[in-house]
Amino acid sequence: MMTICPYFHVHQPFRIKKYRIFNIGVDHDYFNDASGTDLDNKFIMEKVAEKSYLPTTSVLQELLDRHPEFRFALSFSGVVLEQMEEYAPNVLEAFQKLVASGRVELLADTYHHSLAFFYSEREFGRQVAQHRRMIKRLFNVEDPKVFRHTELCYNNDLANWAERAGYIGIMAEGWDPVLGWRSPNYLYHPTGHNKIKVLLKNYRLSDDIAFRFGQKGWAGWPLSAEKYAQWVFSHNGDGNTINLFMDFETFGEHQWSDTGIFDFLRELPNQLLQHPDVSFKTPTETVESYDAVGEIDVQGVLTWADTERDLTAWLGNNIQQTSIQALYDLEEEIMRTGDKDLINDWRKLQTSDHFYYMCTKWFNDGDVHAYFSPYDSPYDAHIAFMNALNDLRFRLDTTQSGNKIIKTKREAAHL
Amino acid sequence: MGEDSNKPKVFMLGWEFPPHNSGGLGVACLGLTQALAEHNIDLTFVLPKKIDVVRNKALKILFANVPNISFEGIDTGLAGYISSSEYVLRREEQDNPLYRRSLLEEVRRYGVLAAKLALGRDIDIIHAHDWLSYPAGVAVKKVSGKPLIVHVHATAFDHGGGEHADPEIYRIEKEGMDAADAVITVSGFTKDIVVNKYGIDPNKVRVVHNGVFEADPVKSNGGSLLKLKEAGNHIVLYLGRIALMKGVDHFLNAAKRVLQYQPNTYFVIAGTGDMEGQLLRQAADLGISDKVLFHMGKYVGGQDRADLLAAADLFVMPSVSEPFGIVPLEALLEAGTPVLISKQSGVSEVMKHALKVDFWDVDEMANKIVAVLRNPSLHDQLSYMGVTEAHGVTWEKAAEKCMQIYHEIISVFKHT
Repeated sequence: MMTICPYFHVHQPFRIKKYRIFNIGVDHDYFNDASGTDLDNKFIMEKVAEKSYLPTTSVLQELLDRHPEFRFALSFSGVVLEQMEEYAPNVLEAFQKLVASGRVELLADTYHHSLAFFYSEREFGRQVAQHRRMIKRLFNVEDPKVFRHTELCYNNDLANWAERAGYIGIMAEGWDPVLGWRSPNYLYHPTGHNKIKVLLKNYRLSDDIAFRFGQKGWAGWPLSAEKYAQWVFSHNGDGNTINLFMDFETFGEHQWSDTGIFDFLRELPNQLLQHPDVSFKTPTETVESYDAVGEIDVQGVLTWADTERDLTAWLGNNIQQTSIQALYDLEEEIMRTGDKDLINDWRKLQTSDHFYYMCTKWFNDGDVHAYFSPYDSPYDAHIAFMNALNDLRFRLDTTQSGNKIIKTKREAAHL
Repeated sequence: MGEDSNKPKVFMLGWEFPPHNSGGLGVACLGLTQALAEHNIDLTFVLPKKIDVVRNKALKILFANVPNISFEGIDTGLAGYISSSEYVLRREEQDNPLYRRSLLEEVRRYGVLAAKLALGRDIDIIHAHDWLSYPAGVAVKKVSGKPLIVHVHATAFDHGGGEHADPEIYRIEKEGMDAADAVITVSGFTKDIVVNKYGIDPNKVRVVHNGVFEADPVKSNGGSLLKLKEAGNHIVLYLGRIALMKGVDHFLNAAKRVLQYQPNTYFVIAGTGDMEGQLLRQAADLGISDKVLFHMGKYVGGQDRADLLAAADLFVMPSVSEPFGIVPLEALLEAGTPVLISKQSGVSEVMKHALKVDFWDVDEMANKIVAVLRNPSLHDQLSYMGVTEAHGVTWEKAAEKCMQIYHEIISVFKHT
């Protein structure tokens, strides 16, 4: 018996507009570009809704209706849900309908798609709680049981945190240097733990769809659902679960409709269910069905990105490190103000995409397409970010001095 | 074809070589020729006689042991980067028989002499650099029947600030490009001009970006600007010709904006050209004369240049129309100084680790200047990555592309 555990990640950041030095102190809206370009968050949401969210949810709904055995998981960032509520309520409704089927599990995550865990565990905890409240409010789902982190970040410390927080499962990349000879198609415990289990992404089979599907130069092209199902069946006997983790936007946005990705998705469950030993499980069902067969030990940070599977695309260079450090340096002062707008903007700046846009890693190889960015260059991304952060600092200072004045007035009144 | 069909015999026509004239064309011709010498090639470089290799010691030494490169001289009063009026001036200044004709006549006469020189020679391909040598290229093509490449280092539009062109030069340029079997441009930016303003078939145009020399840079020994820096000031530098096409007036407008946000900044404008007076007046009109240090009236090189580059927190090249633009690469290689360049420059096509703006976008220019002055990590990242990148912009790459083009054009020519 072998089960398939698909999970799709849904996320859009609040991109920072071309925020210039002249905006500081006079314009406190960092995310309201309305240029109809790739920095315009509303425009992007509407575009992705049309290309991906609406057609994909429609196919998934069709599949849930047609195959009672079909199930999968979704993880949403809070910031994408916020944008759906504002710009594309019909998309939110489509997702709500999927979840209402009872066969779509929602995963725990940070609200802001952030890397807060590595800078402030307290702030990280607050963002996970904020995410949980959002999921409850929009989907009426209580306390997700399985945790996934930004960019599939994972290490021993995070696993330790997740177990203490009561999660029964956590997701990670099934990366060979971590596994050695072992297969990603089993469950594992994190080193030193015996409750929480790790679900490992089968990156070969996942990336065949997410990255390679439309590549005409690839040996597997063109990939039919039937062919793909055969590849999955060939793993029968090697493990309990095939974890297919990918961005939701794979369907229609990363792989355009004309690649045939929607026909593939529509046909895939049918092909997989042809095999008497194959079925679908959600992450929670997977964790509850199978025992862990060993331990995995990850001391550094494992992610699902690049050939390095690390965080260098987000934190690899000087401008990225300076930006994120300057941001978290404000934590205490920002939180102390209790000013909702200030705190929200500070958190929206934590979204990992802002740092990704500053990546210069592949910039020398001419392989610029490996990094999608709405900015002309990583330096432009950095400049907009730092200017916005300086405005935040400006607001912080005015708020603080404002409080001081009130305090003094109050003190004066008492005198 | 001769005995070695892979060894193209190139008849190259140029106008200047350093140190005779330090203009970009001469530097480019030298860089390309040196790099081509490493290839399987037989190259004859034809130059005006007064800078003939016989009288140019530096060149003689450079190419003394290079058997596959030879030089020929032709008597003429022409020099690179010349306009009709400049030519007339020079003709009247000097009682030299070489200057007796009009510029156009002289260019044509040079062509006739070049054609004479080419007669009876075994040539596979003709390669002519910039407009003064195009008529010679066309004449040699006529007498030899061999294919012609014209190499566009700049066009009359660049000298005219982007929109206007000297009609006489334009006509010569267009005739050369029309007659050529292939046109090489030093950038995609120049290719667009060649296609859009000269009506040349884009399929005929190849881009070969210039390279940059990595000479041992002159060491800065401080200079007066260091005192300003030690007092907590920033230095933003323009270094180049003070001419309309260089966009220095936009730079001054940006300086005004920067100073509103970063008052402890000095702007240095170094170089020489016909807009010096205008810039002085502009700085005064903007009320920023005390923050702009002019270093004009003479060519800036050697120690002065090294000191300026070393002191600068940022080098700015705000060109309105720049076919290539080598100085930003030199600023990085010689002093590790990060650069901000206009998108209207060829060099922006080979630089990713540079800040870029449209020359007219004064606000964005100011925004980026302030960003570098305020964020040391941005400064350092641009410097570190920029230097690495500049090392990769080589004449070897340019020569390799030229060799490919030679082989391709020769082979197409043989089959038609």
